[in-house]
Amino acid sequence: MKASVIVFPGSNCDRDVKISLEKFGIKTSMVWHADTKLPKSDLVVLPGGFSYGDYLRCGSIASKSKIMKEVMIHSKKGALVMGICNGFQVLVESQLLPGVLIRNINLKFICKNVTVKVTNNKTNFTSKTKRNSVIEIPIAHNEGNYFASKDIINELEDNNQIVLQYCDASGNITEQSNPNGSIKNIAGIVNKRGNVFGLMPHPERASDELLGGMDGSLIFKSLK
Amino acid sequence: MKLQVIVTLKKDVLDPQGSAIKNSLSNMGFKNIESLRQGKTFEIIVKEKDEKVALSKAKDMCEKLLANLTIEDYSVKAIKE
Repeated sequence: MKASVIVFPGSNCDRDVKISLEKFGIKTSMVWHADTKLPKSDLVVLPGGFSYGDYLRCGSIASKSKIMKEVMIHSKKGALVMGICNGFQVLVESQLLPGVLIRNINLKFICKNVTVKVTNNKTNFTSKTKRNSVIEIPIAHNEGNYFASKDIINELEDNNQIVLQYCDASGNITEQSNPNGSIKNIAGIVNKRGNVFGLMPHPERASDELLGGMDGSLIFKSLK
Repeated sequence: MKLQVIVTLKKDVLDPQGSAIKNSLSNMGFKNIESLRQGKTFEIIVKEKDEKVALSKAKDMCEKLLANLTIEDYSVKAIKE
């Protein structure tokens, strides 16, 4: 499997995600946002960070960059796209995923380990996890509060597009375990076709024992 | 021609920043504030003499970049100087 990691001005998890992808056998190249050609890839990763300093709205300016046209074509073919944190924000701004990520309800930047429930393990991104299992992965964001209209939320539920939900250690989806105010405790979703995945937690920060956890590696292992 | 674009959150979208600003003003002694919503303004100068054309360009800018229509509304007007 081959992956391309898109690097925007202000991306800062691009190299971490490359290390994780390669650790699990995925050959990875870095692609600059101003490039107009995407190398042959099975997977495109939009990494975490603060593209364009979060100006205007997080991910909005990056979503209009030249390489995103190629990413759109890549996704329309049904090939895989994964956006982590700022990458998830870029995916909603480019309308590859529905909804939007707004300011955390408590107005604070939140950086901590959270537990999330794998609500859907039948995706290309979660096939190595068990359904309804609880995994621990860090989050680090200021705008991770998932918002969408009722119709869109209903559609997400009807099509099993909600993949990860913030939960307590026993897997209960509660208000207390919702760090940022997201509707339905949403931490990660896929598009209807199932080839585009956006998530706020950082699996690359939980894919080595040295980092204090390996749960994120399940996502990278699923990608094969 | 100078244009002013105002982007605000839709009514049914929570505005935690607006609430925090409202609370702060209340604490400072500004009483009787019923509601406070924050937003963004953009001043755009375009090389265009026809107001209708300029406004339609600004609307296009809003729909493509300046506003996220899932959560935001926008208004545009020409500013006479």
